[in-house]
Amino acid sequence: MKAELNEELLLKGLAENNSKAIETIYKQNFNIVQAFILNNNGSYDEARDIFQEAMITLYEKVQTESFVLTCKINTYVYSVCRRLWLKRLQQLGRYSNQIDGFEETLQVEDEIEAHERKNTDFAMMEKALNSIGEPCRTLLESFYIKKIGMQELAKQFGYTNADNAKTQKYKCLLRLKKIFFAQYKMGE
Amino acid sequence: MEDILLIQTIERYLKGKMLPEEKTIFEQQRKNIPEIDQMFVEHIMFLNQLEDFAGNQRLKQSLHNVHNQLAKDGIINEGAATTTKAKVIQLWNRYRKVTAIAAVVAGAMALLTSGLVAFFAPVNKLAIQELGQEVEKLKQGQRYQVNKIHEVESKIPKDAEVRGGGSGFLIDNKGYLVTNAHIFKGATFANVYNNGKEYKTKILFIDSEKDLAILKIEDKDFAPLKSLPYGISKQGIDLGEEVFTLGYPKNEIVYNMGYLSAKTGYAGDTLTCQIQMSANPGNSGGPLLNKKGEIIGVISTRQRQAEGVTFAITAKYIYGLVNDLKKSDVAYQNIKLPTYSSIKGMDRVGQIKKIEDCVFLIKAYN
Repeated sequence: MKAELNEELLLKGLAENNSKAIETIYKQNFNIVQAFILNNNGSYDEARDIFQEAMITLYEKVQTESFVLTCKINTYVYSVCRRLWLKRLQQLGRYSNQIDGFEETLQVEDEIEAHERKNTDFAMMEKALNSIGEPCRTLLESFYIKKIGMQELAKQFGYTNADNAKTQKYKCLLRLKKIFFAQYKMGE
Repeated sequence: MEDILLIQTIERYLKGKMLPEEKTIFEQQRKNIPEIDQMFVEHIMFLNQLEDFAGNQRLKQSLHNVHNQLAKDGIINEGAATTTKAKVIQLWNRYRKVTAIAAVVAGAMALLTSGLVAFFAPVNKLAIQELGQEVEKLKQGQRYQVNKIHEVESKIPKDAEVRGGGSGFLIDNKGYLVTNAHIFKGATFANVYNNGKEYKTKILFIDSEKDLAILKIEDKDFAPLKSLPYGISKQGIDLGEEVFTLGYPKNEIVYNMGYLSAKTGYAGDTLTCQIQMSANPGNSGGPLLNKKGEIIGVISTRQRQAEGVTFAITAKYIYGLVNDLKKSDVAYQNIKLPTYSSIKGMDRVGQIKKIEDCVFLIKAYN
């Protein structure tokens, strides 16, 4: 009962991007995943990539409203890592039919697909952000990603007051939106 | 500028900063003017995308930080500042394929060399004779066998031809058999016979150098034995030891006995031992047992010029063979060789009755 409660707390923490929760999940699972990747033809960097990708997949799953904890965190993480790594090996043409360790216990195909769709959207957003130019990019990143307040931003960027900074932010947002949707429609 | 105003309005609406009257007007506008509603929906979608993206970026940053911190604290190990062992493993992983190819090439070279050595080596192959049944004789036997079990449909494919034959014996009650490798020359599959019953097998492992092979009976008609009556000896052998064998020089099991006459085989070969016993083609692959009913060897060849001189591969190589099989395929980890002989105290007739069921006639087909 207590363990379940802990897991729920950890997931809640992960959803809130709480570094203590992330660290706990990391500590409990990373080394096993790393050993698995290394044993199956992978490198340290690839182990890190795959594990973080799985953490992001879990984070995205926790974000959805319909989310319920149906298995232990480690079961989920291992299944996703295994699936992701098989995919990666296939893409790299390094595929060998024998994968040691980690029985596939969960069907995670759908989650990984959803995650990949999200990744495409994110790549588009990143591209759009990179093409709006400065100071727009830093301004938007500071506000939306780093969550720095308007007052502070005005000071940093040298606007005379927060309202001016805000107007600038809206202008930038509008540009970003245009570029993003242009790509989005092209992508479709 | 109009767009900016609209965005501002939408954001105020989303953040709930509008006064009630303002809110009603805005909602009314959305209903009446499709463009505004469309823009509203689009903007919400965009903001959600941006929010997701921001969340993703923040998480990536956290993961990055946590990872670096844990690496610094030594809780996770990335091979860089650590022992050479980890590096070796990493290199091994990276160059595994290359290593495998190199190993294959090296193996091929080794085979070629050993082939050349064998070709020029002074051992006179003609002086000894492998005891596999000759094809002609087996063909007759096949007809005979088919007649004998005419009520049951034979499991031999119609166009299959006999390539060779011999004897074999169980080394595990689940249906694993040991026999000689030379009876499979030019063959692709083998059937085994015991008590007039025919069973299909799979050839699992062939070691031509030791002249040993492992088969597995894979046939629904085969009922695994409770246990094997004999043990397979790991001990050395003693000169003068009384030995006996059961095998199929004809289509019927035949008993034969003799004594151990030399600890090495033909021309000092340490793989085999020499026995004084008349053996015939077809005895090949049969078990060589001592008085206690322990298997001490596998009958393999005889000397052409000398009457009654037979050679047997010593039993300890069976252990090596099974280990090689286990190493080559994880599916066979459950093979357990018997070490205890339960027929130790019995008289010969009683021993034979027990052993009979474990010795099979083998026919190899192409």
